[in-house]
Amino acid sequence: MNAFTPLSPSRTLSPSRRGLLATAAGFGLSLQLMAVPALAADGELNRRKMIVVICRGGLDGLSVAPPIGDSEYRGLRGALALNDSALPLDGTFALHPQLTAVHAMAKAGEARIVPAVATPDRARSHFEAQDVLETGAPGVYSTTSGWLNRAVETLSTHRKVDALSVGPTAPLILRGKVQTASWSPGRSVDAEARLPMLLQDLYRNDALLGPALARGLATETMAKDATAGLEAAPAATMMTNGKGGGVPPQQAAFVRAAAQQGRDAAHTLGASLAGFMREPGGPTVAAISLDGFDSHANQAGLLTTRLAYLDAVLDGVHTGLGPEWKNTVVVVATEFGRTARANGTGGTDHGTASTALLLGGALKPGGIVGDWPTLRQQALYESRDVAPTLDMRGLFKGVLAEHMGVDRAALDNSVFPSSAAARPVTGLV
Amino acid sequence: MALVDQDMKAAIAVTRFGLGAKPGELDEARRDPQGFLKSQIRRSGADQPLGPTVSSAQRMAEFRDYQREKREVRLEKAADVRPPAPAAGAAMETAAPAKGQEARDPVKVIGRMLRQDIGSDFAARAQLAATTDAAFRERWTLFWANHFTVSATKAITGTVVGPFEEEAIRPNVFGRFDDLLGAAESHPAMLTYLDQIQSIGPDSQMAEFGRRGGARGLGARLQPAALQQRTLGLNENLAREILELHTVGVSGGYTQADVTEFARAMTGLSIGGQRDAAYGVAVFRDAAHEPGERQVMGVRYDQRGKQQASAILADLAAKPQTARFICTKIARHFVADDPPPALATRLTTAWTASRGDLSKVAEALVSAPEAWSPRAEKFKMPYEFIVSSYRAAGAEPQGFQMLAPILTSLGQKPFSAPSPKGWAEDAQSWAAPDAIVKRMQFAQNFSSTAVRDRDPKALAADALGERLSPDTAKAIARAESRPEGFALLLMSPEFQRR
Repeated sequence: MNAFTPLSPSRTLSPSRRGLLATAAGFGLSLQLMAVPALAADGELNRRKMIVVICRGGLDGLSVAPPIGDSEYRGLRGALALNDSALPLDGTFALHPQLTAVHAMAKAGEARIVPAVATPDRARSHFEAQDVLETGAPGVYSTTSGWLNRAVETLSTHRKVDALSVGPTAPLILRGKVQTASWSPGRSVDAEARLPMLLQDLYRNDALLGPALARGLATETMAKDATAGLEAAPAATMMTNGKGGGVPPQQAAFVRAAAQQGRDAAHTLGASLAGFMREPGGPTVAAISLDGFDSHANQAGLLTTRLAYLDAVLDGVHTGLGPEWKNTVVVVATEFGRTARANGTGGTDHGTASTALLLGGALKPGGIVGDWPTLRQQALYESRDVAPTLDMRGLFKGVLAEHMGVDRAALDNSVFPSSAAARPVTGLV
Repeated sequence: MALVDQDMKAAIAVTRFGLGAKPGELDEARRDPQGFLKSQIRRSGADQPLGPTVSSAQRMAEFRDYQREKREVRLEKAADVRPPAPAAGAAMETAAPAKGQEARDPVKVIGRMLRQDIGSDFAARAQLAATTDAAFRERWTLFWANHFTVSATKAITGTVVGPFEEEAIRPNVFGRFDDLLGAAESHPAMLTYLDQIQSIGPDSQMAEFGRRGGARGLGARLQPAALQQRTLGLNENLAREILELHTVGVSGGYTQADVTEFARAMTGLSIGGQRDAAYGVAVFRDAAHEPGERQVMGVRYDQRGKQQASAILADLAAKPQTARFICTKIARHFVADDPPPALATRLTTAWTASRGDLSKVAEALVSAPEAWSPRAEKFKMPYEFIVSSYRAAGAEPQGFQMLAPILTSLGQKPFSAPSPKGWAEDAQSWAAPDAIVKRMQFAQNFSSTAVRDRDPKALAADALGERLSPDTAKAIARAESRPEGFALLLMSPEFQRR
């Protein structure tokens, strides 16, 4: 792009044209140029990528990775128990039958489960718990920015780090001082057209809209390359085994058809995110959130659909990243788990610890992360929930420390305020 | 100076309190901006976009019939496939089923049904918003509809979001809060959305009967096969959300034990079974009600049957935490993401003095000096932006298809709030870079057809009045074309805010 090509149609634009481009460059239009020297200086660390997937609604950990070897599991879960259909991992744990791509990654040593992890929040409110999960604060309402944004802020003092959220609204985890990009599928925009240029001029004193528009336009420019050819890409593992999941037979046809449509879209979404991250100078940190995991009733059917979607997103990320997969760690987390016991309506209510997933070619192979408290009655939290054995912040801190190179003091104080007691998990990469 | 102030007040009245100015509306408001708003408050409640022809019970019955149909189609299909085709019928079978499958494909049928019902409800509501002369009344109503969110994220509740608003919310928005609360929580749409319809007292007659194996006679909407696998029992979803989102708020001082006790008290509250004439109508089943006294937030409730939940709801409605929580939320919606504490206090005082009379709270809002700051703090959420664009053009959306794609791409899919908390209020949620780019695309497309031969400078003066900034006026005056000028108006910092 030649920054000094005069804009054809209007004289009124010219005074601010140069200023606009300078603004745009600051927000990423010229990333390609800026990335090269930085790469030479910091070497391999620059290639490291981290993706956080937030599953909203309170994802049931005992469905993600059912502890089929735990003697209490079948009794607590009754009809919801997945003993026969789950995909085995080890003597105790298996994966939900829809998580076929994750299972393949686990078999290759590129995925691990974290079966009893929780944020410090214990209120069992979706909205409080999501706030705590995303702000990284020890309690609710103590900060309004997201920990991933503050991690990017810390890293940015050493090297060029860009972050992207996928979806129409900006998730709290990436909100904060550092302006981040956001993208969702849609028709492409020509950043060089008249209206965007006029608006950037009109927004020059607008602290909210100015940076947002500049960033959005820069991302659009990058999207043209990042998503090129994706429509033609084959959707990955489509229909999986028909037996599992406990879907009532009368819904099976509908669920299968809907799940297939959903899987295609999900795979493309994951592959698009990967496409951005593979672009030269593209984002190295990304967040994506999926919702609809609140399974108070008909949990078996609901999670069959939602976990198939999650699996397809992860598969899209995996295949889309190609050679960059080996530099990547993906963390999948939720605000809280659900009751160990099934409730009266074929579902489960709000609980405490849940299961997180770690995936990526950069992971060190290994077993479960954190301890398994078991489902014995005395071991349950308040006699109802899976008891947490690991602080969610310790998990995030472990990935940020070992994989992304964030220093310990920043992790303990600014990225996760007052969190020294939640020690980073070690040995992940 | 006094005149300027009056002009600014008129602009604030129609943009901040209302849904954006229609051509001519500013002139209406200018004479007495506060009186203009207060005259829209009325005991009988909000306007009704759908009219009396649609009821939620009817919609739920249609959904039930559709599911039956779907089951039959599937059985037919299975029958078609299983026996080896007799030679004589072979030719007929090759042509017919392909076409039949297309029309009966459950995914397509449900998609069509949801599109038609939800689509026409939503379009009617947006048309009302785009054309009404009482836009403050409608904004006030939208606030309450969002406070008591029922979302189409569940297929069965999708068809009743519109009727829910019409039956439970709209008649009660200027009445007493406890009436509104009661109407919302006992409505079949809310009972279904938050899983109350299946919640059964663990020691109720019905649970006892289930344990003895008499599954067949129970709430007929449960499949017998599923029943055998399940323990019948409690679902605490609605109880928790009433406390956390609808009344005292998350800091309102309740515990997990209060949630569970409240859930026990509400057992029995359900809707008619699938085979009943009362399907889709709220009913109370004594047999499903957990017997005994309950204790919620330190108060003992020894009422029997449905009186127990009613008594708890009435107490929750009257709690000072509820007044404070909701009045702060009103201030946040109307004035700023971080509203002046004095405003929340003023509204809470009006609430308390009138014992939750929402007309009095609305009047207090209009009278509050803190609500009239010339600085526009609120960033419009997508629905507000789209509706105000139509109002600025003096147009109305012709159908759902003109609304759904843009609202979905901006993150506000029609009737589909992501959770029971409803749509987010804050600018940070809606002003993501991608969303601004998509707003710009909408403005461009919309302007190309909406502006016709009108002067965008005049449209800007009609839409923003005294709030129009010199910069925006200049940009519009210099626009290359009328549509470009109108697109600049819609995307201007002051039109994006209120």
